[in-house]
Amino acid sequence: MTTTLAPATAPDLIPGAWPPAAPEFVPGAPPPATLWADTWRGIAKENPVLVQMLGMCPTMAVTNVLANGIAMGVATMFVLVGSGLFVSLLRKYIAHEVRITSYILIIATFVTLADLLLAASFPEISKALGPFIPLIVANCLLLGRAEAFAAKVGPVRAVADGMGMGIGFTLSLAAMSAIRELLGRGSLLGFDILGPRWEPWVFMVLPAGGFFTLGLLLITAAWIDELRRKRRLVVAK
Amino acid sequence: MSPHAHHGPPSAPNAVAVTPPATAKAPEVSSWKLLATLAIGGAAAGLLVVAVYKATLPTVEKYAAAKEAGAVREVLKAPARWDTLYLQKGVLTRSPTAGDDRKGLPKAYLGFDAAGNRLGAAVTAQEPGFQEEVLLMIGFEPSNGTLIGFKVLDEKETPGLGDKIERDTSFGSQFVGRVAPLKGVRARNATDQSQVQTITGATISSRAVIRIINHAVERWQPLLVAYERGAVQ
Repeated sequence: MTTTLAPATAPDLIPGAWPPAAPEFVPGAPPPATLWADTWRGIAKENPVLVQMLGMCPTMAVTNVLANGIAMGVATMFVLVGSGLFVSLLRKYIAHEVRITSYILIIATFVTLADLLLAASFPEISKALGPFIPLIVANCLLLGRAEAFAAKVGPVRAVADGMGMGIGFTLSLAAMSAIRELLGRGSLLGFDILGPRWEPWVFMVLPAGGFFTLGLLLITAAWIDELRRKRRLVVAK
Repeated sequence: MSPHAHHGPPSAPNAVAVTPPATAKAPEVSSWKLLATLAIGGAAAGLLVVAVYKATLPTVEKYAAAKEAGAVREVLKAPARWDTLYLQKGVLTRSPTAGDDRKGLPKAYLGFDAAGNRLGAAVTAQEPGFQEEVLLMIGFEPSNGTLIGFKVLDEKETPGLGDKIERDTSFGSQFVGRVAPLKGVRARNATDQSQVQTITGATISSRAVIRIINHAVERWQPLLVAYERGAVQ
């Protein structure tokens, strides 16, 4: 196989060497990129919520108050970074046949840790988020990044990607929950902003307001994208 | 770290996150190796989770106890001290006999002021609200069912509407001094000692609160009366 391409001193030619050397060619691996590019991808170009449209369940469910949105984003980032690191470190030991099971095991472990740590450090937020922290296990963003990215690159790139995706997810959730809390309750992080004369738009903290806000954010993101593309065309001419 | 380190055949390509080139046939991986991967992974994950659970448990329990104490203080209007009573075999007792897990027994709290006068009793009760179970702590005078106060410990009612049972202080303050069983009314002037005005837009949640209080007083009043009669003798 590919071993013939490796130099004679490559560790995988030494019998019994462990771990085996990384294969020369990993099909479907992301092209080489700087760490900054790996991080920036999740924040902007492939933002989990606004571009990839992944993790819609927590996006809708917990973004009625800013504190909840941020906590959900940070918990997801913790799981993304932790699972990305371990999937990448163990990628040579996990056989292809059991990889999905193993990734889910790694993800579920980090989700449980996030749940326990949140309950011990921020009990009120943990109570407010209720079942949605354990449900991070079912967030397709996690398995998606493990399978598509972390399993095919080294640990440093995997962590950078997890950070980027986590920051992108947190920013999207924070934007949504800030809009919803401000209009729906007149406050931000529990502090009264709009004053007592503001009549709260109750529907913004209800599910309908979540869809409404997400739609607004998606339109804004698409509009910015369109503007930039046009500008690029003008520059090209 | 991994069992294959020592006895895995050197030629076995272990790291098969790789799809081999189309021409090559996928190498067989022994079932034992797959099983070992999952077993070791599962055991490591289990150990880690249990360790963190054990480490965080004291903090979580401390918080729960502090929250409970705060609720007792609130619904009994700042008692100087209180006794915790456990409901065991249909009787309230301060010291349940061993054998039963204390944590599993239903509890009531008897609050006293600094002079030792009994202020009232606090109990928790849980019943369905509009969406999910509503958990209340209720303070009342056991001898006649007069309410001292209540606090919503847990609810998942509609944000902005049903959750007013927790936020709307003018709703909560109505209950003080009213005598159970209560009745929810829409009238603006609920003058009767047993009438409570429900919240507009949260009628079902308001009625749930009233129902929970009524049932709790109905259930606990005779138990507390019996306990106090026994304690006096």
